[in-house]
Parts: sequence; C-alpha cells; structure tokens
Amino acid sequence: MALLEISGLCVRFGGLKALDAIDLSVERGQFVAVIGPNGAGKTTLFSVIAGALKPSAGTVRFEGKEVQGSLPAHMSHLGVRRSFQVPRPFSSMTVRENVRVSAAGRNILHTFRCLAPCAQDGPIEKGVDEVLEQVGLSAQSERRAGELTMGELRRLEIARALSSRPSLLLLDEPAAGIGVDGIAPLAELIRSVRRTGLTIMLVEHYVGFALALADRAVVLDEGRKIAEGVPDEVRGNERVIDAYLGKDGSRSPRPKIAEGDRP
Amino acid sequence: MVVGVTIAIYAMLSVALNIVVGYAGQPNLAQSAFLGLGAYFAAVLSTRYHIGFWWTIPISFGVAGTAGFILGAISLRLREDFLAITTIGLNFVVVAAFQYVPFFGGAVGIYSIPLPSIGGRQFGNLDFLVTAACMLVLVVASSKYLERTWLGASLTALRDDESASSSVGIPVASYKVVAFTLSAAFAGMAGSIYAPFLSAVTPTSFGFTESVVILSMLIFGGVGTIRGALLGALVLGALPEVFRFISNFRLLTFGLILLLMLRFQPQGLAGDASAASRFIRNALAPLRQGSGPRRSRG
Repeated sequence: MALLEISGLCVRFGGLKALDAIDLSVERGQFVAVIGPNGAGKTTLFSVIAGALKPSAGTVRFEGKEVQGSLPAHMSHLGVRRSFQVPRPFSSMTVRENVRVSAAGRNILHTFRCLAPCAQDGPIEKGVDEVLEQVGLSAQSERRAGELTMGELRRLEIARALSSRPSLLLLDEPAAGIGVDGIAPLAELIRSVRRTGLTIMLVEHYVGFALALADRAVVLDEGRKIAEGVPDEVRGNERVIDAYLGKDGSRSPRPKIAEGDRP
Repeated sequence: MVVGVTIAIYAMLSVALNIVVGYAGQPNLAQSAFLGLGAYFAAVLSTRYHIGFWWTIPISFGVAGTAGFILGAISLRLREDFLAITTIGLNFVVVAAFQYVPFFGGAVGIYSIPLPSIGGRQFGNLDFLVTAACMLVLVVASSKYLERTWLGASLTALRDDESASSSVGIPVASYKVVAFTLSAAFAGMAGSIYAPFLSAVTPTSFGFTESVVILSMLIFGGVGTIRGALLGALVLGALPEVFRFISNFRLLTFGLILLLMLRFQPQGLAGDASAASRFIRNALAPLRQGSGPRRSRG
C-alpha cells in the first residue's frame, strides 16, 4: 500500500482550475520531486496534502485513510509535516523553543499534559537536540528566530517539520532565496534526512537541484500532471521541455533577450 | 491602603489581560466587562442571597470564565481589527445587561454590599489589601507558570504565526478559547473583591473606557511580560491618586500616554525589546557572565 495516494484531485479557485484531475501515489521511503513552471499548482498540491486547503473534488489517502479536508493540525498529528515556501518562524521564540513546541505531539497538546512545563521533558529535549544537530543549528539554538538569516530560517523550517518524526515530509522550495553558496549544504542536509528513510516530497523551482536529489519526479503544468518518472526520463521528456520553454520558446524570456543582444 | 487595593485590582486585570493580548496576541477590549461580571455576581449573591465573600470568589471566577469562553468561541471566526471591534461590542452588551436586566439591579446598580468577614471579624482596609495581594500573587504565579508550559509556548507560537502553528499540530482554535477563558476568569476573580471593597457596583464603572484604561496599563508597561503588566498597573493606577489634579483628566492623560507609547515605545516601558529593559540587561550583563545564556522573556 502506498503511503500517500491521490486520485482525481481537483482544486478550483473560482473559474481557475489550479489542480485538475491529479493522480499520484508516493511509496514509503520514496523521494518524489514535484516540478513545473510558475503557477503549475505545485504549492496548491502541497497545501491540499498538508490540510491547509480543501480540494474541490478527489481523494487524498494517507496510510490508506481518506484525509482530504482534514485540518493542518490533524495532518501534522497523522505524520505529515511541511516546510513553508516563505519561512514562517515563531519570531519571538528562540530556535530551540521553535523546534520544541513543534515536537509536542497530540498526547501533549490534546491532554492535560499541555499544562506541564515544556522545557523539562527529557525525551523531547533529547529529540530537539538531535534535530538541531541534524540541520546544523545547534550553535544557534538560543538565538531568537526573528534574527536568523534566510539560510538559517530554511533550516529551521526543516527542523520544525522533522521535530515530530513525521512519516511524510513536504519541502516547499527549500532552496529559494538562499544564494548559490547555500545550495550545496542544503542538498547535503536533504540527503542526510533522506538517509534516515523518511518519505519526502519536494516542490522546487530549481529543476536541476530537485532532479539531482529525487528518485522520482512528477511534472505539473497549468494544474495537470504532464509527466512522471525517474529524473532522467523526465529530463528528456518533450512535453516537459515544452512546458518550461514553450513550444516556440515564447514562454521563456531568455531566447528573446539573447536575440536582442546579438549585434 | 485604599490605593494599594485599587492598584492590586488593576494589576490583576492587566496581568490577566496579558494572557490574551500578550501571549496569544488577540486583541481584547472587554476586560472591564469580565471584571463587571465578577463584581456583579459577587454583589448580587452577597446582598440578595447572603452568600459569603469566600464563596463568591470561585463563583465570580467561573461566571466570568464562562463569558470569556463564549467570547473566545466567537473570536475564532474573527481576526485582528474585527475581533477588537467585537470585543468592544461585547463590552457594551454586558454594560447594557447590567443596566436593563432586573437581576443586576438596573441603572442605579447595587448598593450596600456587605463587608466580607474573616473569623467573625469584618474586613478592614488592611484585610482587603492582604486579600487583594494574595489574589494578585495567585494570578501572577499562574501566569508565570503558564509561560513555562506547553500551552504557554503554543500561545506564543500562534501569536507569532497562526498557519505555522497549526502546521505543527497546535490546536489553534481551542487554545485561543482557553486563553480567553483564563484571562476572563482571573478578571472575574478581581471583580469578587472589587464589589465589597467599593461596597457598590454601577453599570458605568465597567464601560468600554475602563477596558481601554486596563489595556493602556498593559501597553504602557510592556505587552507580553508580567513585569510590564505589573509596572503599568502600578504607575497608571497610582498616578491619579498621587497627582490629584490628574484624576479630573484621567482619560485624557491615559489616552495621551497610550498614544505616545505606541508612537515612541510600542514595546512598553518594561517590554522585552524596550529601551529601559535593554539598558538594564546591558548593565547587568557583566554580573551574569558565566551563568550561561538566559532566556530573554521574564
């Protein structure tokens, strides 16, 4: 049984079809990249899986159970965690506090244990230390999240998502805005997370970055799935190249600029 | 001593208000309505049903808490400015209820509320002060403890970012309701001593302007911190008493202070990032060397 199974998923915003009859399944332990040009519906897909958006039609099954339309907090407790495209730290809290509060599961937050002091939970503190170590934020643990750089914020996003030991991790453009120097360490971090056996879905704008990491890629364009396969297949797929560059190259501004530059 | 009791009551109100406004980041301009509910129930029960003062404390706590629960439940559908306006509306509704519902004694309010007694002896001013101080200690201690709990951390998280909070599993809706309930319940408890201390309650004492006064105290002292809430209540509570002439222009003075604070020092006098607390932290820094990094909120 696939960990995540999506069938016939549609999301409409008024007249706009953001997602149109998407079928997709993710096996346990897989690393799936979701790529596609701007407005393809990648983040919309993530929002539906994470429970932030209710689909107009279709089903999302997680571990066999239908979960479409569940609240984000519920999905989080089921084991689906996401990082946000634009980092959303708890700015007034320290890095450690950010991760700690994210590590509390349902058995704390939904019971009277929520009235227990949060810094004195041995197993949780140990887990927080491990996650901070894993993402490389141990040295920053006492800094306020509001003071972090973009690269550190991306790591904090991942740390928060990992803190509850999820079974499905959704990474929404983790490489956006961190600069060329940050890319390689980030890729290394994602690989190390991968090695723990965690199932990962990655939405990414940098196609090369995503395809280098993933073992399967799904390509979306204008809300539809246009291709799926191992990275090499996808790379050579005609429809994918068309989607990115346009059939006549009209979608990409680059050829035009190049022509204009020519003497 | 009279001033002391007044300040202690204000301090309870602003520390309690800090739970909703400071920790959970939800605007609330109805704090005096909860004080009023507590005070009115204490007044009605003690004058009409001869229920002793000590019993009115938990009852006022419970009644105001229930009202807070209802406001919290309403607040779930509203955000920021709409919520602020709703709380103002609620304050007017509660005052109108005091005025027009016969149970609450109508526009003249309730008079000659009996003095509480302890061990067969009637309360003097000192007894009021000690009792109010004990209640304040209870509110501050609970608040202080709340800051350290999972619930407290979650409230701060949802203040900072609601979507991120729910994405990490925090039950945003129920926790907001809990914050409103707790804050209102403590305000109601303050009401249970307010009524016998002034020996009378009138609808106008719990109006919207009074809520603004309480919020000014919190903002003046520093939203989000207990010390700020205490300092605000102390300074703004004592001001009209110390400078008699101010009491004629009380609202004008408070309004001006509120405006100036929000313009020049929105963290309040003792807030985490305020000039004063930065100065004190820097001054004390050499003394703390070696004691390791310290959390910045207090």
